[in-house]
Amino acid sequence: MFKLVPAALALAALCSMSLAHAEELTGTLKKVKESGEIVVGVRDSSIPFAYYDNQQKPVGYAMDLAAKIVDNVKKTLNMPNLNVRYNLVTSQTRIPLVTNGTVDFECGSTTNNVERQKQVAFSVGMFEIGTRILVSKKSGIKDFSDLAGKNVVTTAGTTSERLLKAMNVDKKMNMNIISAKDHGESFLMLESGRAVAFMMDDALLAGEMAKAKSPSDWTIVGKPQSYEIYGCSMRREDPQFKKVVDDALKATYKSGEVNKMYTKWFQQPIPPKGLNLNFPMSDELKQLIANPTDKSAEQM
Amino acid sequence: MLHFSDLQGSLPGLWEGMKVTLQMLIMAVLGGMILGTLLALARLSHNKVLAALGGAYVTYFRSIPLLMVISWFYFAVPLIIGWVTGTNRPIGAFTSCLVAFTMFEAAYYAEIVRAGIQAISRGQMNAAYALGMTYGQTMRLVVLPQAFRKMTPLLLQQSIILFQDTSLVYAVGVLDFFNVAYSKGNITGELQQYILLAGAVYFVISFSASRLVKHLQKRMTV
Amino acid sequence: MHYHWDWGVFFKPTGVGSEIYLNWFVSGLMMTLGVALSAWVIALVLGTVLGVMRSLPGKIASRIAGAYVDLFRNVPLLVQLFVWYYVIPDWLPDNLSNWLKQDISPVTNAFITVTVCLGLFTAARVCEQVRTGIQALPKGQSNAGLALGLPLAQVYRHVLLPQAFRIIIPPLTSEFLNIIKNSSVASLVALPELLAQTKQLVDFTANQFEAYTVGTLIYFAVNMLLMFFMRWVEKRLRVPGLIALGGK
Repeated sequence: MFKLVPAALALAALCSMSLAHAEELTGTLKKVKESGEIVVGVRDSSIPFAYYDNQQKPVGYAMDLAAKIVDNVKKTLNMPNLNVRYNLVTSQTRIPLVTNGTVDFECGSTTNNVERQKQVAFSVGMFEIGTRILVSKKSGIKDFSDLAGKNVVTTAGTTSERLLKAMNVDKKMNMNIISAKDHGESFLMLESGRAVAFMMDDALLAGEMAKAKSPSDWTIVGKPQSYEIYGCSMRREDPQFKKVVDDALKATYKSGEVNKMYTKWFQQPIPPKGLNLNFPMSDELKQLIANPTDKSAEQM
Repeated sequence: MLHFSDLQGSLPGLWEGMKVTLQMLIMAVLGGMILGTLLALARLSHNKVLAALGGAYVTYFRSIPLLMVISWFYFAVPLIIGWVTGTNRPIGAFTSCLVAFTMFEAAYYAEIVRAGIQAISRGQMNAAYALGMTYGQTMRLVVLPQAFRKMTPLLLQQSIILFQDTSLVYAVGVLDFFNVAYSKGNITGELQQYILLAGAVYFVISFSASRLVKHLQKRMTV
Repeated sequence: MHYHWDWGVFFKPTGVGSEIYLNWFVSGLMMTLGVALSAWVIALVLGTVLGVMRSLPGKIASRIAGAYVDLFRNVPLLVQLFVWYYVIPDWLPDNLSNWLKQDISPVTNAFITVTVCLGLFTAARVCEQVRTGIQALPKGQSNAGLALGLPLAQVYRHVLLPQAFRIIIPPLTSEFLNIIKNSSVASLVALPELLAQTKQLVDFTANQFEAYTVGTLIYFAVNMLLMFFMRWVEKRLRVPGLIALGGK
């Protein structure tokens, strides 16, 4: 008899737990429901993933996917008039702002890696890039080994920054590494001659190239130093919200809608200058869309 | 040098940014002056604890860079709120900058108001007390109206400095006038032009405003 | 909320050599003080020249100095910094521009840019203080100097400036403290000063609360120390019979 009491209690606890799981909102969804608002972290100059157009509206490939996520949140919470607020983030502020609750999720060009997974959770991947360098065609630079003793720029707080710093030490290349605040600043360093090469994710390099005074002067070279998967980031230990995010992305992949989005941003003229990036979909990305995963590239 | 490929297209965005700048400015000036006046009264109070607290507040905020204050409010405060209330309610970049500006500028306004109050002769306060007025009435009806009249130019001058300082919200990603200009320049690859344009706009506004204040100062000299 | 409070984070190794995170604050503070002191030299020299120009009887010199003050006081410091950093180098002659962009290290480049920017920005403020100081002196002083047959330059050098400076030490102190605080904008052009190092610490450890709080307290402590030191200096240098007329 006495033995039964703890068992009954345990059973009751189990029941209430599963009930709570089915009905009660937790974490981000609860917060969104209560505040009637969802805050999306956006970048202002990550062409073509997330940037501001002339109407001061955030646009881009990642923003189209973010819209799908927001739609699914609206559907899940049954709140068609949910208010959506955009909050500008930079590569240095995006993770602190997700963890401190200022933004609910961020979609831009954030690499999913093991180190960041300790701080934030990632959605299933939405893009895959290789880290390479952008150089002037006239410079004659063909690969990373040509950069010894030169000024090389990269954006602060990115994976490229760490890779570049490690390469500098490991191979004793004696490069001057400049860490610029954002991709635009990095590119300006390159264009103004402060640096001879700009290391970054190839898709972003293509985006920066499109801003150049004469895009045809520049070229992307070098063996990719890493392959990286981009994901949307959100707070950790929030399975309810993560499922809503992942389901939205997976549905977009499955329906093939993602291909239209890709073509729109990577193979057609885009704002503000009406340039076409001519950046066809890589096999890695096709693979990722066919088999969505929230693992980072190094974990695959 | 100053060739813009599509300034027309950027204008709506720049105007939105200017609205954010002005909104921030007006709210921070009002909040800062109110809080600053309270701080000045605290510093001049006969209550030693209150005076010391007011003094410590002013010294503290005058000793740290505004950019640090903005960053601290944006990155650290949400964690305190979350820790105390157990929720994740974001306060947003605009609000957090507004609070930072208000609290920071209050320290500067407080010093101006304090000097203004101290410039009112002691005899006026005594006269008011002799008429049977309370401390609150004396301040409200006799001292503060005169003090504010005297210090209006200084308060306005400080507000012009604040107008320029609002550009620092760039660091935490509020899309104010400067940040929009920067981001337009960034996207179009015409950063230099947009930086110079922003500088010119700030100059014209602050310069005209300070000339107006000087004019006012001459007219208002009692 | 999954924030891991850790006040011991500053004593953890950064992973680079044998450094702990506290070293970043130390090197950041050194950079802040280095930039502030270098800029202060520029501000004092240029500010004095401009202040003298404004107090001269001639109209032209006074107007030039006046225009300088108007320009540098009415454009936000951040915008000025970006102009120095992004725009001016392209206006320089090619060899100077290339030296700045390529031959010297990026940190040296940022250091020079920030020093020049802060120096010229603060010079406009120092100029106003110097002028106030000179004008606060009784007119008889310069007349007496001139009557003794001293040329105007010597009247300034031996009679007016030495007194003016002693009068305006308090406002100059606050301008120097302002330079230290203003140098934090350098974090936006990648100069590893105190605020930039604080940000980097956040980037590496995710302990934003601890990092920003300690960073703030370091600025506070440095300011207080300098303030007390300058109070002591002021007392020793006070001109008998003259109270601080040059206040803000």
